[in-house]
Amino acid sequence: MSIWKFANPKTFLTTTERLLPAVWALAAVLCVVGLIWGFFFTPDDFRQGASVKIMFVHVPSAFIAINAWFMMLVASLIWVIRRHHVSALAAKAAAPVGVIMTLIALITGALWGHQIWGTWWVWDPRLTSFLVLFLFYLGYVALWAAIEDPDTAADLTSILCLVGSVFAVLSRYAVLFWNQGLHQGASLSLDKEENVADVFSTPLYVCMAGFGCLFLALVLYRTGTEIRARRVRALMLRERMVA
Amino acid sequence: MKALLLRDLKLALRAGGGFGLGLAFFLIVTVLVPFSVGPQSELLSRIAPGVLWLGALLACLLSLDRVLALDWEDGTLDLLATAPLPLEAVVTIKAAAHWLTTAVPLVLVSPVLGLMLNLPAEGFSWLVVSLFLGTPALSVIGTFGAALTVGLKRGGLLLSLLVLPLYVPTLIFGAEVARRGAAGFSVETPLLMLAGISAATIALLPFASAAVLRVNLR
Repeated sequence: MSIWKFANPKTFLTTTERLLPAVWALAAVLCVVGLIWGFFFTPDDFRQGASVKIMFVHVPSAFIAINAWFMMLVASLIWVIRRHHVSALAAKAAAPVGVIMTLIALITGALWGHQIWGTWWVWDPRLTSFLVLFLFYLGYVALWAAIEDPDTAADLTSILCLVGSVFAVLSRYAVLFWNQGLHQGASLSLDKEENVADVFSTPLYVCMAGFGCLFLALVLYRTGTEIRARRVRALMLRERMVA
Repeated sequence: MKALLLRDLKLALRAGGGFGLGLAFFLIVTVLVPFSVGPQSELLSRIAPGVLWLGALLACLLSLDRVLALDWEDGTLDLLATAPLPLEAVVTIKAAAHWLTTAVPLVLVSPVLGLMLNLPAEGFSWLVVSLFLGTPALSVIGTFGAALTVGLKRGGLLLSLLVLPLYVPTLIFGAEVARRGAAGFSVETPLLMLAGISAATIALLPFASAAVLRVNLR
C-alpha cells in the first residue's frame, strides 16, 4: 500500500470517512484534557501568575500555523509534480485553518504581551514574521477565491505557495536582522538541556497534540467537502450539456 | 529581445503610456508626509530614508498592472508565447522595461525629494545606491505578481495583496541601507544582502513568472 493510493478521490473519501470520527474524537479528548489540565491543574508561575496559562492556547496555535503552511507547501509540490487533484484541494482546505490559527496566535500573544510586557504589540522579529506569515496566508486564500477555473487556480496558488515560502523564510531572517526582540527564544526543543518545567510542558504537549489532531480533522473534512463540491459542479455541467 | 525591449520602452514613453504617473505619485506621497506627521525638520530627517523607500515601492507597485495587462488584452502576449523567444526572456524583458521606465526615474528624482524631507547630507549617496540596487528586485517580483493576476478582471487590489508581502525583505534591507547611510553608520551588511536579493530574484523569479504566465495563457 502506498500513499499515492489516496490520490484517488474515492479511496480518499471512503478512507477518511472511516477515520474522521476517530480523529475528531481524539482531537476533542486531547484538547479538553490538555486545556483543562493546563488551565486548572498547573501551578501559577512565580513571576507571571495565572497569565502564563495563555501558553496552552498560544503555543499550539502558533505551532499549527507554521506547520499548516509547511503542509500546504508539500501539497503544492505534489500537485506541481504529480498533479493529484486531492493534493491541490488539501492545500486549499488547509489555508483558512492556517489563517485562523495565525490569528489565534497573534491575538493570544497580544493579550499575553499586554499582561507581561505592558504592550499589545511590539515590532519584535517573531511577532513581525508571524504578521508577514498572516499576510501570505491572506494572499493565498484571496488568489484561490479570485480564479474561477479550478485547475488554473490550483496551478497559480501552488506556484505562489512555493515562491511565498522562499520569501517567508527570507522575511523571517530579514526581520531578525532589522530589530532585536522582546519575545523569548524557543523554550521547547528536543536538543536543549533547559526547557519549560515538566509541570507546564506535559499539558502543553497534550494541547499541541490536540491542536494537531484538530487540524488534521479539519483538513480531511474540508478536503472531502471540496471533492464533493467539485463533483456537484461536474454533475451540474453534465446535466446542462444533456438538457 | 532588443526589439521587444525597445517596443516596450517606446510604448511606455509615448503618449498614453502613463510614463510620468509613477513619478507624480512619488512626489505626491512625499509631499503628503509632512502634512500628516508635521513639519518639524528633525523628525522629517529621521524618517526621510524610510518614507522615500516606501514611496518608491508604492510607485513601483501602482505601475505594475500595466506591465502585462495591456499586452494580455490585445493578444500580444499570445503572439509572444508562440514566438521563438522563451517566455522566461519575455518576462525578464518586461521587468527590465518596467525598471527602466518606472524605477530609474524614481531613483533619479529621489535626491530632490530627499532635499524636501531634510535628509542628512551623508544620506543622499546611500539613498540613491540602495534604491538603484533594490528597485530591480521590486520590478522582478512585481512582474511575477502581474503574471499571477493577469487574467483576472479586478486584479488590482489582489495584485497589491500578493506582491506587498513579497516586498518585505527588499524593503527591510533597502531602507536599512538608506537609514544607516543617513546616520553615518557602516552599510556593508544590508547593502550586500540587498544586492544579493536583487541578484537572486533576477536570476530565479523569471522562471516562476514564465510558469505562471503559461498557466494563464493555457
